[in-house]
Amino acid sequence: MRAADAIVKALEMEGIEVVFGIPGGAIIEVYDALYDSGIQHITTRHEQGATHAADGYARASGKVGVAFTTSGPGATNTVTGIATAYMDSSPIVVFTGQVPTSMIGNDAFQEADITGITMPVTKHNYLVTDAKDVLSIIKEAFHIASTGRPGPVLVDLPKDITTADIDFNYPKKINLPGYKPKLEGHPKQIARAAELIMKAERPVILAGGGVIISNASKELVELAETIPAFVVTTLMGKGSIPETHPLSLGFAGMHGTKYANYALSESDLIIAVGCRFSDRTTGNVAMFAPNAKIIHIDIDPAEIGKNVNVDVPIVGDAKKVLAKLKKVVEYKQRKEWEDKVNEWKRKYPLKYKKDGFKPQYVIERAYEIMPDAIVTTEVGQNQMWAAQFFKVKYPRQFITSGGLGTMGFGFPAAMGAQVAFPEKTVIDIAGDGSFFMNIQELATCVKYEIPVKVLVLNNGYLGMVRQWQELFYRERYSATCIGCEKTGFEAIARGFGAIGMTVEKPSEVDDALKEAKEIDAPVVIDFRIDYQANVFPMVPPGASLKEIIDDE
Amino acid sequence: MKHTIAVLVENKPGVLARVASLFRRRGFNIDSLSVGTTEREDLSRMTIVVEGDDKVVEQVIKQLNKLIETIKVSEISESSVERELCLIRVHAPPEKRGEIVELTNIFRARIVDVSRDSFIIEVTGDEDKVSAFIDLMRQYGIKELARTGKVAMVRGSKK
Repeated sequence: MRAADAIVKALEMEGIEVVFGIPGGAIIEVYDALYDSGIQHITTRHEQGATHAADGYARASGKVGVAFTTSGPGATNTVTGIATAYMDSSPIVVFTGQVPTSMIGNDAFQEADITGITMPVTKHNYLVTDAKDVLSIIKEAFHIASTGRPGPVLVDLPKDITTADIDFNYPKKINLPGYKPKLEGHPKQIARAAELIMKAERPVILAGGGVIISNASKELVELAETIPAFVVTTLMGKGSIPETHPLSLGFAGMHGTKYANYALSESDLIIAVGCRFSDRTTGNVAMFAPNAKIIHIDIDPAEIGKNVNVDVPIVGDAKKVLAKLKKVVEYKQRKEWEDKVNEWKRKYPLKYKKDGFKPQYVIERAYEIMPDAIVTTEVGQNQMWAAQFFKVKYPRQFITSGGLGTMGFGFPAAMGAQVAFPEKTVIDIAGDGSFFMNIQELATCVKYEIPVKVLVLNNGYLGMVRQWQELFYRERYSATCIGCEKTGFEAIARGFGAIGMTVEKPSEVDDALKEAKEIDAPVVIDFRIDYQANVFPMVPPGASLKEIIDDE
Repeated sequence: MKHTIAVLVENKPGVLARVASLFRRRGFNIDSLSVGTTEREDLSRMTIVVEGDDKVVEQVIKQLNKLIETIKVSEISESSVERELCLIRVHAPPEKRGEIVELTNIFRARIVDVSRDSFIIEVTGDEDKVSAFIDLMRQYGIKELARTGKVAMVRGSKK
């Protein structure tokens, strides 16, 4: 069998239903094989869009996302998408074409050393040098991408490998002697954790993206209710507990809720699950939760003790460990702490000045009108407003580039999420700066009838940088005014064949959102928001979580 | 502080690049690195000397363990055999040859090549011994020097 056909057959055996990509000379054989396959292919307009779409598909569905690109520039265009998936532990497999093995190293046309380039941003990668290995490599690639701490895997396919004749024996077993993720959690450590929990007077659970990846939300909520402990999430952990749950304190960190930050700062025990204590979550790490002991549950041993010192490390899968932990802890009333945190919740709600046309209002209304929608975000102010004002109810509902912070991620990711869930409403909360970074995928949405709704919070600025310049750089607005108030997103959308709308004042917001929700086609709404709106509260750079400031 | 780490990896192309890339990306300092075959032809062994405190070394070990092709990582502590090999081309005029031969014998080193005005001397031993010998040779004029990284093995029977 031609190796290209074997590759496509292997993808079918892995249960792959959809691939995002762009064909080209070096991968043309695989595309030829795809022509006869039941796998849907979505041709994006840029390879970065393809990798983000595969990533969005993976995050929304929990399945592995797949992208195809050709060699050289096709491959290098995937790097941002791969790095984004890597930082947020998202399972994608990227297949890149490569020049024939005989030409590798000769600087042939469209040759790039993509395995060398992506080494630091993939969980693993392969350059196939013998066609006989290609099937076992594909098997390994999907296994590595989707197990343990998930992540992107790249498989580089030289053209002569794809044309070679091989036997189709898709391996059932995997031979990876150096790869055995620990899942169960050590019983002694779990017992020690339970002991600390029972002693604690002010326990807080800090839930990260790992809870969502591990499908451990049910176990998390059960543990929280049993102890009981308030649950603070990281940005990536949003959705691990419904944010309407009485024990939910929303997300912590630089722009998190005041009460989440206060609770972490004052707690005497943090039960961290599937999070990596990133600087955006901890604030000044030297002053992070000074009185708390820390239990850290993570599947990746390298995350434990990397950024903060940990008292009880537990290496294992969040779902399994949380379930075991729940069995060994008992309910204990901690009224004083409960009252204190609830008092913070009452006293310091998220708020904003309601004069003019505020972006927060748009998000609040979007939440009221489309509470079950899958929400993706771009990066910057739009991302933080979305995180603050869209109350996430279920896991995989909120999709954002938390680690790499990739502007241009949200829109193609929304496309991927919509492909995974055609019946759901999928919205991308965007800024004008971010939306431009992958706006070309509007053409893809129109072509494949992917009815993503893009809410552009258009302030004409690279707003988060503008905010920092205002607050910390004496209002010297260097290079942040991009003048998108002059750009007509409505007309741009129409030019692509999508639906465009412009909303200039708060009174028009509801009608536009309701209308958009009912349209079974891609929609772009240009919200002409107050450009001076900033994201608050905020932990200033270098400050501790306790020093979170308001607008005034 | 210096730590010696032994890494058993699959003998596949690109593994050394992965290890080197990891050290560079995470900002770990490699003092020396040696790679070679082992008793099994599908495995290679790297001996890496890394500079850093305990926290750094803990991260180095954990990150190395994360590489898919890594089979085993172990830190080699005090009770181990550690060796380096060094070749030194030293200036050896007739009047100095006797002295140099004597020093070579004291260090249980070997003269492996003799020419009209120089020797090549091979010395093996732990880092201190090799360094001490190099220092002694400086007075005669070292023309060329090639030193391997360290290889190391824990003493006693294999666990």
